[in-house]
Amino acid sequence: MNVISVLLILSCLFLLGSSRLHVAIRVVAVQGILLGLLPVIRSIGDIPLGIWVLGLSTIVSKGVLLPWLMSVCVRNSGIRREVEPFIGFGSSLLYGTGLLALAVWITARLQLSPGEAPLVLLTSSFFAILVGLFLMVTRRKAITQSLAYLVMENGVYSVGVSLSLEFPLIVELGILLDVFVGVFLMGNLLFHLDHEFEHLDADKLTELSDVSNSAVLRGEGHS
Amino acid sequence: MILLLSIILFPAAAAAAAYAIRDNRLRRLLWGMTAGSHLVLSIVAVMQPVSMPLGHWIGLDSLSAIFLVLTSLLFLGAAIYGIGYVAREPVTPQLHSEDGSFFENEPESVFTGGILLLLATMSLAILSRHLALQWVAIEATTLASAPLIYYHQSRRSLEAAWKYLMLCSVGIALALLGIFFMSMTRQGGPRDLTLTALLEQAGTLNHKWLGTAFIFMLVGYGTKMGLAPMHTWLPDAHSEAPSPVSALLSGALLNCAFLGILRVQQVCAAAGMAAFGGDLLILFGLLSMGVAGVFILRQADYKRMLAYSSVEHMGILALGVGLGGMGLFGSLLHTVNHSIVKAMLFLTAGNILSGFRTKDTMRIQGICDALPITGALWIAGFLAVTGSPPFGTFVSEFTILRSILDQGRWITAALYVIFLLLAFVGMSAIVLRMALGRSGMKRIREPLTAVLSPLVFAVLALVLGVYLPGPLLDRLQDAAQLLGGAGK
Repeated sequence: MNVISVLLILSCLFLLGSSRLHVAIRVVAVQGILLGLLPVIRSIGDIPLGIWVLGLSTIVSKGVLLPWLMSVCVRNSGIRREVEPFIGFGSSLLYGTGLLALAVWITARLQLSPGEAPLVLLTSSFFAILVGLFLMVTRRKAITQSLAYLVMENGVYSVGVSLSLEFPLIVELGILLDVFVGVFLMGNLLFHLDHEFEHLDADKLTELSDVSNSAVLRGEGHS
Repeated sequence: MILLLSIILFPAAAAAAAYAIRDNRLRRLLWGMTAGSHLVLSIVAVMQPVSMPLGHWIGLDSLSAIFLVLTSLLFLGAAIYGIGYVAREPVTPQLHSEDGSFFENEPESVFTGGILLLLATMSLAILSRHLALQWVAIEATTLASAPLIYYHQSRRSLEAAWKYLMLCSVGIALALLGIFFMSMTRQGGPRDLTLTALLEQAGTLNHKWLGTAFIFMLVGYGTKMGLAPMHTWLPDAHSEAPSPVSALLSGALLNCAFLGILRVQQVCAAAGMAAFGGDLLILFGLLSMGVAGVFILRQADYKRMLAYSSVEHMGILALGVGLGGMGLFGSLLHTVNHSIVKAMLFLTAGNILSGFRTKDTMRIQGICDALPITGALWIAGFLAVTGSPPFGTFVSEFTILRSILDQGRWITAALYVIFLLLAFVGMSAIVLRMALGRSGMKRIREPLTAVLSPLVFAVLALVLGVYLPGPLLDRLQDAAQLLGGAGK
């Protein structure tokens, strides 16, 4: 399990430093597969059928289908890399180490004993949530933002696994379905964004604001 | 049990059918029939004694009973309005009144299917008594409603739908983290997240975890409920959505997230932590009222003005719950009043938009002149939403004020009154200028479907101001007691 935790941390650091979208999507796909393996590895000995179902559907949805959808979006829009993020890739890595320290601090604050929860996994889960949030606010492309949401959601999911919460299977699958449909809808809107705005820069979505709105309305005059 | 399940599954099945049906008229008929029978089913279910089938996973208590009937009533009103609305919408590309681009509506089957799915997910969110199941339902409401906001497929609605989906999904993910922490409150024992189990064992819950869980769930569901400073998506989404959808989003969907917060507060109150959650709720409540008040002032878009007014009223609801005691009763009563009034206002705004073809308040004059019924409704709605007597909102806002004064929170009381006045002044300047004067247009015919629902809602808002029906009063008091209030 510690191997998975370390891989999770490394993949997040990689996402912080990489500009190429194709690679980023593949890294998120690897994360999805790691997460699918987690509950299977976590339950020692006899593995109930429910865990298999959950693990498999996680791998299929987060490791295969959603990354595939994202790469179709990337191919259609012709965008190869993330450009000019609000915080550069090098300094993002630097912030990343800070976030890691923050994740360690949060885990320590919870005052759990190692018997209650695997602390390394818990730390890496909090790290993934923080990195997801960080990417969401510092990157321009709408695609990267939906990837960031997926990273954050992966983090939340593995917090659940490391606290060994066993929700009823139907609830677990419901959560997974919600995330899947959510990212699927984001991908769907990405197609339209690409078509309508001829770019995928989420920070240029500024038509709806209280400051510019009135000016635009006045400027149009009469229709 | 079958009754409760059918309240959830029946609209879901109707949604699936709506995607498949090709004939527009048949689909609209299905929409209306579903809305009507959902209301009948809900009322029948509420009349029956409390039942909690499926291992206490879903069930109906006084609190959810109020929300269920309210949601169902609003959906029926929006359906009657909406059926006429989609029938009048052109199928060919049309010119956008604001940015001058062309846009084409979503296929009607997608729209109708989505709105029925929204009803199903809202019903599940209200009826579920398992916190994680409720989370699944609330996130599902976001997913069902995002395509509805994008109905017009214009650039502006696309931007609104994107922000809505992103911000609400992130917020709700934090709420899930809160639910994980909630299950850590029961160390040792089985980690059962049904309300029944949590309330039974409330005395033994770990306070540290419960407090953390409350904060995460408040921020998460607060995003969806539109509490400041997490409200930024709300004015965009509620103003760009087609008007019957705006009515549902503001009147019914915000309530579902509010119910999510109420359930956590219910657990906190049972565990003796009502004051901890209460202070946070009061803080967020006042902040929302203040932010909304400032943005209502000199607002250039009347649908955005209504959206900010929703933020303000969500603030009032949070404040009332935070106060506890009589504030709880006031807050629940205000939920009912606000939903009815806000739905009525958004439907009326839809009539103004279709008559004047603009959302710019400065370019509209003389609504009473061109659209007499709509104009009267617009003024009545303004009076109701700002809490003027004799409307129901006056009673509930006054109850909350009395609760603040009883507790001797003078600063809170002063801010509450100032923010209410701010909203009143801001809205009166905009609404009255729009309603009065000469329009310079010929009188426009107002179709029956477009004025029937808002008229009925207006009458209801007025009736609730002078008379509270017995069954409603009982449930309100009972629900306030569930949340730990005095209920008087």
